[in-house]
Amino acid sequence: MAKKTIMLGNEAIARGAYEAGVKLSSAYPGTPSTEISEYLAKYDEIYTEWAPNEKVATEVAIGASFSGVRSLACMKHVGLNVASDPLYTFAYTGVNGGAVIVVADDPGLASSQNEQDTRMVARSAHVPVLEPSDSQEAKDFMKIAYEISEEYDTPVILRTTTKLAHSQSIVELYDRVEVSDKEYNRNTAKYVMMPASAIGRHLVVEARENRLAKDAANLSVNKMEMGDTKVGFITSGIAYQYVQEVCPNASILKLGLVNPLSKDLIADFCSRVETVYVFEELEPVIEEQVRAWGFDVIGKGAFTRQGEYSANLLKRVLYGNDDCVFDKQEAPARPPILCPGCPHRSVYSVLNKLKIHASGDIGCYTLGAVPPLGVVDTCVCMGASISALHGMEKGKGKDYIKNWVAVIGDSTFLHTGVNSLINLVYNKSTATVMILDNRTTGMTGHQDHAATGKTLKGEETYAIDIAELCRAIGVKNVIEVNAFDVKELEKIVKESTQSDELTVIITKAPCVLLKGQKFPNVCKANPEACKKCGMCLKIGCPAITKNADGTIKIDGTMCNGCGLCKNYCKFNAIETVER
Amino acid sequence: MTKNIMIVGVGGQGTLLTSRIIGKTALEAGYDVKISEVHGMAQRGGSVVTFVRYGDKVCEPVCEEGQADVIIAFERLEALRYSHFLKKDGVLIVNDCKIEPMTVVIGAKEYPEEILEGLEKNHTLYAIDGQKIALELGNSKVLNSVVLGFAAPYIGFGKDAWLNVIEATVPPKTIEINKKAFAFGYEAER
Repeated sequence: MAKKTIMLGNEAIARGAYEAGVKLSSAYPGTPSTEISEYLAKYDEIYTEWAPNEKVATEVAIGASFSGVRSLACMKHVGLNVASDPLYTFAYTGVNGGAVIVVADDPGLASSQNEQDTRMVARSAHVPVLEPSDSQEAKDFMKIAYEISEEYDTPVILRTTTKLAHSQSIVELYDRVEVSDKEYNRNTAKYVMMPASAIGRHLVVEARENRLAKDAANLSVNKMEMGDTKVGFITSGIAYQYVQEVCPNASILKLGLVNPLSKDLIADFCSRVETVYVFEELEPVIEEQVRAWGFDVIGKGAFTRQGEYSANLLKRVLYGNDDCVFDKQEAPARPPILCPGCPHRSVYSVLNKLKIHASGDIGCYTLGAVPPLGVVDTCVCMGASISALHGMEKGKGKDYIKNWVAVIGDSTFLHTGVNSLINLVYNKSTATVMILDNRTTGMTGHQDHAATGKTLKGEETYAIDIAELCRAIGVKNVIEVNAFDVKELEKIVKESTQSDELTVIITKAPCVLLKGQKFPNVCKANPEACKKCGMCLKIGCPAITKNADGTIKIDGTMCNGCGLCKNYCKFNAIETVER
Repeated sequence: MTKNIMIVGVGGQGTLLTSRIIGKTALEAGYDVKISEVHGMAQRGGSVVTFVRYGDKVCEPVCEEGQADVIIAFERLEALRYSHFLKKDGVLIVNDCKIEPMTVVIGAKEYPEEILEGLEKNHTLYAIDGQKIALELGNSKVLNSVVLGFAAPYIGFGKDAWLNVIEATVPPKTIEINKKAFAFGYEAER
């Protein structure tokens, strides 16, 4: 009998890859996809790695597939943008060993910069998409994804969303089935996408997609559950759970394959149900196709394109009320903040003091945008801090950026920031770029990267020297400084922003949450010496609050002992003491 | 009938581990279980909420406004923020502590006064100073077990079922102190 256990959606995806005989996985961390790779790394049978970015990860998976083994790449939705160059053409070449790309969307923006819908990308790239609705399906669909990939000679996207990726439900486990490697045969018409061969492959793509759309009516992942035929729902993924919760007796067409759609199944369902709702989070991807086929359905006219769906949302539309009994209470917001002891706070305290604007990037340090630090002015995508600052300089002249810097983390710099820096060297920038090197990929939960000296599997490896890398591409002024040395940092930032030469400042201090990085002491406030000037509160450390009389206090259980606050107290009212 | 438990608090307070222990205990009791977690940016000192739902068959992984049987709040303001998730006769368990959000620290907002007194008017509420008890037991990190123990009678399953799961879940070195903390909370006056 199969063993039953409770699993996170992401763990179930990893388990599905394991059971499907996958041999290789490459990924870049990104919420809500990160844990897939961390769980995969526990299986000795699968080679798993962190790649510097999603484009590289996808290309690694492509190579493994060409060589004849089942391969995997994992990323968040915006990661697929980075990987879309290989993706679009991988759709043309097709696979040798099965290939799956897991893409995690983030409706509701739990930890992302936009709410894009991967199904739209997949439609334009002509890549099939499977969408599970719980951990069991997440595991099962992985195995089916590899079967579809090899049967239809195509990469397959397994799309998840935050609620699925980060919820646990019960899963039945099976053994791994080893899949024999496919033989590699040189085939330039299939694997070398020059115009002459790509023209031929484009025809193959269309034929394959039509065949899959036709076969989709009989795929086990698409289920028609007939009940009351007055009202019915076409739905998929986590939205299916909300429909089941609210209307257990309704007719449901649950689509596991959301690209391409089965016209036959949809036509059949619409002919049997009086009023059909399409209940899908984000874009009206299913709805628009169903309408184009001439079926009248209710979709985004009633439901929003924004955020996560819920059972209450469905209840409000169907019945005009929901389960709420009590009114929502007024409560001051509690947005996420930099942790006590975070080295980014130290850097930002200096930039704040100097009234410098930061062209920002993706990571914990994006939190420098909020008060009281309020340093980060922009955040668009991975690597954009450096290139956007360059655009400002070249657009408005070098004096315009005398009070600007770019801030980017170590992992993000290696992801796509290095390309931007090459552009600055090449095109004679005078900018100041600050690489906030905390020795980890912080926001996603501390993943290693090419400059940490450790692989995903925990093995020792060569650690890229970021300073040497910058020098090698031609940056003449590369300065490394302890992130907590605020005096030195202030001097360096002042000089470099005023100079007419490109400067890279690497601020170094490990993330305080990394094992063994806690400072030995804690800070303690002396209320008698405190003059209530409020300077220490300006660094925005959550461990520092005010007493009723306006003097400050420091929560010893929260404080990580970095001592940054001491630098900003003129009255020696803060001391560090042993823990 | 599906039971809905909600755990709310401030990122870093260990709400994730608490929800996993509740989920495992329900699983051991033979229920279908779903647990919804929070990862990523929201964890960084922000307001966090996790859900445990169990019953014969559970569909959605979260419980919504008006559906929670029990809310375990690790901080007063968070109890206030999510109190409208309670059912009419739902129970609110509060760890009586105050963590000022940055909006309050910088003076942009005021931390509401007498939160618990206000909530008691509409809800069945039990409060405990988990931090004080944890420190008395010698380890501030067992706060979660104290609060969970305090909440457990309103969820069910019996004390031993909980202790077995705690033993199988927490780091080996901390089993004894966590079990002690749970028992302390379980038997605390209310």
